[in-house]
Amino acid sequence: MATQNLRRVFVWQLPVRFYHWLNALCIVVLCVTGYVIARPPAFQQGAEASYAYWFGINRFLHFAASYIFLFNFIFRLYWGFVGNRYAGWKNFIPTNRKFFQEMWEVIKIDIFLQKDKEHLSIGHNALAGFIYFFVFLAFAVQCLTGFGLYAAMSDWWLPNLFIWVPGLFGGDFDLRQIHHATMWFFIVFSIIHVYLVFYHDYVEGRGETSSIIGGWKFIEEEAFVKEMEEEEKEKEELKRKVMQEKQKA
Amino acid sequence: MTPSSNRPTYYEELRQKGYSRRDFMKFCTTFAAYMGLQASGAAQVAEALKSNSRVPVIWMHFQECTCCSESFIRSSHPIVADVILDKISLDYTETLMAAAGHQAEAAMHKTMEDFPGEYVLCVEGSVPVYEDGVYCCIGGRSAVDILQETAAGAKAIIGWGSCACNGCVQAAKPNPTGATPIHKLVKGKPIIKVPGCPPIGEVMAGVLVHLVTFGRIPELDRIGRPKAFYSKRVHDTCYRRPFYDAGLFVESFDDENAKKGYCLYKVGCRGPMTYNACGVTKWNNGTSFPIQSGHGCIGCSEEDFWDNGPFYRRLTNFPGFGIESNADKIGGVAAGVTAAGIAAHAIGTNLRKKKLIDGLIAEGIESDQALS
Repeated sequence: MATQNLRRVFVWQLPVRFYHWLNALCIVVLCVTGYVIARPPAFQQGAEASYAYWFGINRFLHFAASYIFLFNFIFRLYWGFVGNRYAGWKNFIPTNRKFFQEMWEVIKIDIFLQKDKEHLSIGHNALAGFIYFFVFLAFAVQCLTGFGLYAAMSDWWLPNLFIWVPGLFGGDFDLRQIHHATMWFFIVFSIIHVYLVFYHDYVEGRGETSSIIGGWKFIEEEAFVKEMEEEEKEKEELKRKVMQEKQKA
Repeated sequence: MTPSSNRPTYYEELRQKGYSRRDFMKFCTTFAAYMGLQASGAAQVAEALKSNSRVPVIWMHFQECTCCSESFIRSSHPIVADVILDKISLDYTETLMAAAGHQAEAAMHKTMEDFPGEYVLCVEGSVPVYEDGVYCCIGGRSAVDILQETAAGAKAIIGWGSCACNGCVQAAKPNPTGATPIHKLVKGKPIIKVPGCPPIGEVMAGVLVHLVTFGRIPELDRIGRPKAFYSKRVHDTCYRRPFYDAGLFVESFDDENAKKGYCLYKVGCRGPMTYNACGVTKWNNGTSFPIQSGHGCIGCSEEDFWDNGPFYRRLTNFPGFGIESNADKIGGVAAGVTAAGIAAHAIGTNLRKKKLIDGLIAEGIESDQALS
């Protein structure tokens, strides 16, 4: 067996990694405290109500985490425009045929497990990117419904920006239902997300798991060169097109 | 509203009825407080009722149970029922007017002709729209027709109760008669929604007194409810709120916690999503309200409260998944299916990608042996 040369690529910039872990922490806190809000456990205690406040603290944690979640989410949207090529919004929204072709590749190879094949991508693969697009939508839904429910309790202008949300649904009933159901989307997503990280690490051995800590991924030299050549080709194609346009004009 | 020389003012009518000025001032003060006015507001109310003649009112009853009217005539101050409603009944209200049949219809049309753009249209009940509105007809005409006709010349429209504001029980799924709240049928008129099943009598009277005092509709929220009465959740004004924050909940209606008066959140109280004045104004002359009597709020002033059951459970049924389904059950199943799928995928990976994985292991071992 020939050993392969692996090339180190800096994929996840520090702000992306920071965002990722803060986001993960927020989601864990929000899911746990949110579930407790929806279904408080029956703690029996002898103390008078004036000496106890655990449910209030639980709600406070939920609201505090939700503010951090919101700002972190807004920051990530911003970073989608200024970050490196692996952080840009084009990783998440299909803009060309190649995106769809890669998605199909990934479905064949990684979901339906084509025999002994691997799909090598440096940043997000196309399917993952596209699914993250829906995850961002879910973030938006949680922020809208959550702050929509919270707005009436607050005098601050920021949550009050969301005061129109309950009106869309006629009241808080449906908002709560949506907010609660979307929590399950996060839980299911997290299970799959963690599994797939392990899967890629196991099958490809390229530092998938540690990439979100250090920021580096490793890719086979050949694959890297191939990617570079493709990139060059695309650039030249673009140049040629621009030149043609110029000549026409 | 302009004072009219040939019609008596509210105050004059009150005095004729035998109320003293003291009674009158008490009424004005009480309602200024209900409406959330500042201290000088009582004088404004008094001034308005002294100089304004009665606002003509047409009060329509469509798909409803008359609980709104019942609530209204039981509001705490006798002047409300005695004068405001008495006078209202002079114009038109099916339930309480003395006239009947053609006479009643004539009275309604007279009001509409005499006071175009001046009368207030109060609507109790929703309007069925299926089969050309045959499910609710009065005097041979459908409610839809009557509503459009009376609304055309109204200065403002008040929707009494959940029926008029969001359809209430008759609009619950599957809504066989097409029961429709009035704001979906009438456009271009100011509509004040006063939801509740029924709304609190004092709230209803407060809305009318506001109209009379200031000659315009009260400040409304985004859904169209008067902010003075519907800006707070029952939960935020509930005297049991401290138990909620302390995490002390009634687990079932017959437990020790219920006797201690703990929070009813876990047995389905809808206070946290219901905007109403029950916790402040209360019912029956401020005697009590459902939560004070040990029963959770059912959210009667909220849209679709019938479809968001069951009333005695915190998590409501999840639409489209049949009864006894809630978000947690569905989510739990989804998570279980996902875990099973992952297990299958993991086994599949080891079978189908054996060569790749073995390659990685071999490569690693090779490197290790090269060193030793």
